[in-house]
Amino acid sequence: MAFFILRRVGVMVLTALCLTFVVFFLTNLYPNLEKLAKTQGNARMTDTEVASWIDRNGYGGPMILRYGEWLGVMPGWVREDPVNGEWRGRCLERGQTPEDAPRYCGLLQGDLGFSTVSDDEVSNIIGGRLALTGVLMFWAFAVMVPSALLVGVLAGMREGSRLDRSLSTLAIGSTATPEYVSGVIFIVLLASSQAGLSPLLVEWGWLDGGTLFLGSARSAMDGPNFWNFTLPVMTIALYGMGYIARMTRASMAEVMTAQYIRTARLKGVSFRNIVLKHALRNALIAPFTVIMLQFPWLLTGVVIVETLFNYNGFGWTLVQAASNNDIELLLACSIVAVFVVLVTQLISDIGYVFLNPRIRIS
Amino acid sequence: MEPLSWSGALGPFLNPLMLAAVVVFVAGFLANTVMTLAGLRAGEMVVNPDHTLSLRRTPVDYALMSMKYAVLLVLACCLVYVVAGVVIAAPETTGIIGAMAARLTPVWIALVALFAVSITFKRKLGLYGKLFDSMIGMIGFGLVMFWIFTALFAGMVATHGPIDVISQMRNELPGSPLPSPEDGQYAWYLLGGDNLGRDVFSRMVYGSFEVLKIAPLATLFAFMVGITLGLPAGYYGGRLDTVITFIANLVLAFPVILLFYLLVTPEIVAAGVPNYLSLVLFIFPLLFLVVLFNSRYRTQPPVRNVIVSVVLVLGGLAYLSLISDKSDPDLPLLFRLWPEALDLFDIPGNLLIVFVSVVFVNSPTVFRIVRGIVLDIKTRDYVAAGQTRGEGPWYIMLWEILPNARGPLIVDFCLRIGYTTILLGTLGFFGLGVSPESPDWGSTINEGRRLLTIYPHPALPPALALMSLVLGLNLLADGLREESLRD
Repeated sequence: MAFFILRRVGVMVLTALCLTFVVFFLTNLYPNLEKLAKTQGNARMTDTEVASWIDRNGYGGPMILRYGEWLGVMPGWVREDPVNGEWRGRCLERGQTPEDAPRYCGLLQGDLGFSTVSDDEVSNIIGGRLALTGVLMFWAFAVMVPSALLVGVLAGMREGSRLDRSLSTLAIGSTATPEYVSGVIFIVLLASSQAGLSPLLVEWGWLDGGTLFLGSARSAMDGPNFWNFTLPVMTIALYGMGYIARMTRASMAEVMTAQYIRTARLKGVSFRNIVLKHALRNALIAPFTVIMLQFPWLLTGVVIVETLFNYNGFGWTLVQAASNNDIELLLACSIVAVFVVLVTQLISDIGYVFLNPRIRIS
Repeated sequence: MEPLSWSGALGPFLNPLMLAAVVVFVAGFLANTVMTLAGLRAGEMVVNPDHTLSLRRTPVDYALMSMKYAVLLVLACCLVYVVAGVVIAAPETTGIIGAMAARLTPVWIALVALFAVSITFKRKLGLYGKLFDSMIGMIGFGLVMFWIFTALFAGMVATHGPIDVISQMRNELPGSPLPSPEDGQYAWYLLGGDNLGRDVFSRMVYGSFEVLKIAPLATLFAFMVGITLGLPAGYYGGRLDTVITFIANLVLAFPVILLFYLLVTPEIVAAGVPNYLSLVLFIFPLLFLVVLFNSRYRTQPPVRNVIVSVVLVLGGLAYLSLISDKSDPDLPLLFRLWPEALDLFDIPGNLLIVFVSVVFVNSPTVFRIVRGIVLDIKTRDYVAAGQTRGEGPWYIMLWEILPNARGPLIVDFCLRIGYTTILLGTLGFFGLGVSPESPDWGSTINEGRRLLTIYPHPALPPALALMSLVLGLNLLADGLREESLRD
C-alpha cells in the first residue's frame, strides 16, 4: 500500500512539473514578453528597446533556466545597472544588494512573484480569492452531492420503473445544461425585474419591489446570504448533479441485481431495509470516485459562474490574469488548478482502494 | 404596424386550455406522490379463475392517466399552433409562435419525410432502424435532426441576415415591427433585436449552422486521433502504452478553461502554437486512413498500391492545404512553404484555432475509452484466431477489434458532439470564439448577458437552442445505448 501511494505521488509530481512547465512555456513566449514590455514600459518601443527591456528585467536567457528560477531550484537572476550602479534582481527588494537578499526565491520558497497588473504580491491576491471560491465550492458541493446521491439511489433501486425513467430524464436534462445556459435561465426567471417570476410576484403583492433573487453575487463576497448566493450555487450544482446522479444510478442498479440482494429478498427482508442496509453502502463506492473527479470539472464551472455573476473569486482572477497578460498571476492560478486536479485524482485513487475491500494491492 | 403578440388570434382559445392542462398535470403529480407515499400502488393484472385477465384500477392509476392526458393535451395545443402557423401564414393572425412555425416550414417537411421513411423501413436499417423502437431515442433524434435541418435551410428559415443591423431596432421586444420595411423585407423582428439592432431569431438560426459546422467534424477528428493512438496502446501495451497514457493524463489534468485561454490568446496565436498543434493533430486522420486501407489490402499489392496512393495524394493535399496558408504573413515560415496554387482552401485563423483546441481537449478522453475497450476485446477468442491465422497486428486492430467496439464508440460519439457543443459555447461565452460578429450560440449568449436583467430576450433563445441540441444528443446516445445493449 505504501509503495502504491509513493508511486502515485511520484507520478503526480512528475505530472505537475510537466504541466507547470507547459504553462510557463506558453505564458513566457516572446509575443507575451513583448506585450508585457510595451505595457510596462512604453507602448511605442522599438524592437531593440523591447529586447533590451526583456533582458534588463530578467526575462531573457534560456526558458529552462528561468523555469528553474521560478521553481526556486536555480539562483534568481541579479544584474547591476550600468548607469547608476543599482542592483536589480528576482529576489531583490528595491535598494538591496545581492549579499543581503536570499539566493533562491521561487515556488519552493513560497514566493509566487509579483502581479504586474494589480501591483501586489501574487500570494496576497491568490489567498483571498481562493477563500471566496472555497465558500462557493463548499455550498455547491453541499447542494450537489446529497441531491445527486438521493436522485441516483431513488432511480437505481427499481431499474426501469416510472420513477427511474423520470429521474433519469431529469439527470440527462441537467447534464445537457451547461452553466452559462442555466445561469442565464435562472437570472431571467428569478432575478430579472422585467421577466420571469419576480414581476408576477410583485403584482400579486407577495414580494415588495425588487426581485426574488439577486442576479449578481458581488455583495456575496462580503456576506453570502440566501438572496445573493442561491443562483450561483444552484448554477454550479445543477450541471454536476446529473452526472453524479447517473453514475450513482448505474452503480445502484448493478448492486440491486447482485446475488446477496436476491438472497436478502428471498429470506424476507423488507424492501426498505434491503435498500438502506444492504445495497446503499456498496452502491456508494463508485460515486465517490466520480465526486472526487468532479473537482476539475467544477473548476470550469466556477470560472463561468464567477464571470457571469461577477463574483471576484479564483475563477474570475484566472480570467482577468489571462486576458491582461499578467504572467506571474496566471502561473500561480495554474499551479493552484493543477494542484487541485492532481490531489483529487490521488484521493480518489487511494480512497477507492480503501473503500473497496475487493481491490487488494500487492 | 402593431407589434405581434406571442400567440395571435389562437391565443384566447388555446392558452387557457394549456394552462388547464398544466394545472391538471401538477394536481395529478401531487396526488400521485401523496398516494404513493401513503402506500397505495398502481393496479396490477389479476388472473381470474376462468383464465381471463382483468386490471383493477386504483386511484394511483387515475392520477397517472390524468397526467398522461394533460401532457398529450399540451402537445396537441403546440401542434395546433405549428399547423395553424404553417397553414394560415399570416403573422398578424398567428402571432410570433405561428410565424416562427411558418418560417420553419422546410424543416417540418424534412423532419416528417425523414421520420416517415425511417419508420416504414426500420426493420431493414440495422441499429439506426432500431432507434425508432425507443421513445427516448426518437425524441433525441428528432431534436438533433431539427437543428441539423434548421442549419441546412438556414437561408430559407431566417428572416434577416445574421449581421444586418437596423439601429432603431436596438433591444426591441419580440414581435416588434420594423420602422420602415422595404419591399420583400420581413416586417418584424420575431424574437426582438439585440443590443446592436440585429434580429435575434435569424442569428439563432444561423448560429445553428455555425455550431453544427464545427462540433461534429471536430469530434470526428478527435475520434480519429484517439483511435489511432488508443488501438496500439491497448493492443501492444508495454512502454508505448505507458508513454501515451502519461501524455493523455497530462492533457486531462489540465483544466480545460485554462488550456483554452492559453491556446486562444492573441500572443500565443502570434507565436504559432495552434498551428504547430494542427500540424501534429491533423496528421492522425491521414495516418488512420492509410493504415486502415494498407492493412486491408496488404495481400493484394496492385489494389493496395492504387488505393493507398489515392488516399495519400488526396489526404496529403487536404492536410497540407489545411495547415498552410501562404497569404498570411504572420505565420511561421513552415506554414507558408506550400505553394498557393496547390493550396485548395484556407481556414480563417480563428476557426482553425477553435477547431484545434476542441480536438486537442477531446482526443485524450477518446483515447482512454478506446484503450479500455481494446484491453477488453483483445482477450477474445476471435482475436486469438486472427493471430493464429497470421493476420498482421494492424489488421487485427482495425478490422477485427474496431468493428466490434463500434457500439460504445457510436454512443460516445453522440455524447461527445454534445460535449463539444458545450465547449464551443464556453469559448464563445468568454469571447474567445470564432469571431466577434459570429452568430454562434456561445458568443450570442455572451453579448446578451450584459443587459440580461433588463432585456432578457437576446440571450435566452440561443441558450435554449444550445440546451435543446445537447439534450437531443444525450437522449439520442441514451436511446442508442439501450437499443445496442438489447441484442
